[in-house]
Amino acid sequence: MRIVIAKPGLDGHDRGAKVIARALADSGAEVIYTGLRQTPEQIAATVVQEDANAVGLSILSGAHVSLSRKLIGCLRAQGAGDVPVLVGGAIPPADVETLRALGIADVFPTGSPLAEVVAAFMRYERNGAQR
Amino acid sequence: MSEKRDVTTPSGIPRKTFYGPADWNGSRYAEDVSDPGVFPFTRGVKSEGYRRKLWTMRQYSGFGTAQESNARYRYLLEQGQTGLSVALDLPTQLGYDSDDPRAEEEVGRVGVAIDTLEDMERLFAGIRLDEITTSFTINATAAVLLAMYVAVAKRQGADLRRISGTIQNDILKEYVSRGTWIYPVEPSLRLIVDTIEYCAKEVPRFNAISVAGAHFRDAGATAVQELAFTLSDGITYVERCLARGMAVDAFASNISFFFYTHSDFFEEIAKYRAARRIWARVMRERFRAQNPRSWAFRFGLVCGGSTLQAEQPVNNAIRVAYEAMASIFGGASSIFTAAWDEPFAIPTEQSAELALRTQQILAFETGTAEVADPLGGSYYVESLTDATEREVCALMEEIEGQGGMVPCVESGYIQQLIADEAYQRQRRLESGDEVIVGVNRFRTEGSTRNLELFQIDESSVHRQIDSLHAVKGRRDGVRAEQALAALRAATGSGENLMPPLIEAVESSCTLGEICGLLRSVFGEFREPIVI
Repeated sequence: MRIVIAKPGLDGHDRGAKVIARALADSGAEVIYTGLRQTPEQIAATVVQEDANAVGLSILSGAHVSLSRKLIGCLRAQGAGDVPVLVGGAIPPADVETLRALGIADVFPTGSPLAEVVAAFMRYERNGAQR
Repeated sequence: MSEKRDVTTPSGIPRKTFYGPADWNGSRYAEDVSDPGVFPFTRGVKSEGYRRKLWTMRQYSGFGTAQESNARYRYLLEQGQTGLSVALDLPTQLGYDSDDPRAEEEVGRVGVAIDTLEDMERLFAGIRLDEITTSFTINATAAVLLAMYVAVAKRQGADLRRISGTIQNDILKEYVSRGTWIYPVEPSLRLIVDTIEYCAKEVPRFNAISVAGAHFRDAGATAVQELAFTLSDGITYVERCLARGMAVDAFASNISFFFYTHSDFFEEIAKYRAARRIWARVMRERFRAQNPRSWAFRFGLVCGGSTLQAEQPVNNAIRVAYEAMASIFGGASSIFTAAWDEPFAIPTEQSAELALRTQQILAFETGTAEVADPLGGSYYVESLTDATEREVCALMEEIEGQGGMVPCVESGYIQQLIADEAYQRQRRLESGDEVIVGVNRFRTEGSTRNLELFQIDESSVHRQIDSLHAVKGRRDGVRAEQALAALRAATGSGENLMPPLIEAVESSCTLGEICGLLRSVFGEFREPIVI
């Protein structure tokens, strides 16, 4: 299981991203954390290069809808449209459905239990291995 | 229902069921505690506490364009707020103009967009800079924002020697936890020393740096780590100023500090009491400062941050109220009480007002501000203050042993300590060892439904970009070019960059142009990847 955890946009709050990365690693996944200020193009390239089964975005700046839309576009453009994208951060309840409609596999607002987040990623363990 | 009782504070300091003379007997009162206003200032930097002047009520605020934020500031001032705290959007914090492709979707979102001096002027329309103090949470681009603030004060006809406020300007903690760094460590430190040197000479009442522990804390650090890292950063900045050839008493009183008050009431109070004592001794004994103002540890703080929860969000108002009370028992100079809806969005006018009222009720109804350091002499509080001091000093020594904060930050050592703590804390929450009401206990379903949250006016982005283009269209292009050329030349010499920065903003050079130039000269920091 290979998971990319990414911080898109200009937001520098990475506590959540790091905690999730660590929890996934403790659950046996191989985690690639991108560091801050990644563009959607860079994140998609990392997903392809690392042959990831899933990608998690952490966004606390409020720019989650447009950044998610862009990442999904970039993944499709780079032939990785089947890689599920999970999003976490400061997400108002009203935006959860908007994100799902864009094709985001799962949304985890601030305060979501770790076990739930980890289980959501682990569902995609068999995804994309043949790409 | 079994009740778990903590045997340690969140920082791991042992906690007994009660305290008595065996824990603190006052025999070293004069040396270690002393009266309020007397070295080592454990009980506060002012002898009269809050009697003559309350703490500054300074709500962090800003969004959209300068006009929209100016309206919110005037509203808050009308409601009795006593200082301004400017939240800048991420492009402004990272040196990108609002029309930069990297700024897309972020303009005006977490703060106000400032591209040019005109924006800064609009931000303070109708507000006299010599009658208000303003704090800017700005770091990598702090020197440029300071240049704009000074330029606005000049345009308003204000005496620079009378304007006062703070720029955060603390880059070391950005590398560790807040993430709005641009340049590598050395040029960043040079810019910081330039601003401190400039303010000490020209704007003496302005705090050129607010050394911030808040963001370590919100990233997961304990209270002890927060204080140790912050004081170690403070020491680094003092050393850099001394290396520039400045006399310690010429700048030390322009250094202030900034923290988060989190939930553990007495640990927070002890943190602030210990901070004053440690800093006073560092400044007097290590740096040989002579002026008592140089020994005085002055700080602002935030109540809220990562203690705010999305579940049952109105509970946040209660959390913030307790944190605010701990903060005044700790002797804060300025307080920002966050609004209950901040886990979701920036506050509405109503939630921002409630947050301000929280402080006003504390100040005017509870009587808690009438006596300086009312908990001084408490066996528990004094004992916890002593224990906090010991733990903080031990960690500071460890950092010194590794060469100080700069190598510890570049290697990712501090980042690792914080990430470890954040992860352990999360595990305690998941296991229920640590309780958060409404989150891992006393949960209810649907507590986040039907919230009325603040909505950004999406059209403000277009207005911002239009006004940026208008400024570029009508400015004196030759003067702007010359100002940038002069700035570039100054970067290559040892001269202070503040005068050419002020000339650049007064020539209508944009934030993005100025920071782009500095980026091309200084390069960018490379982030150590730590999880």
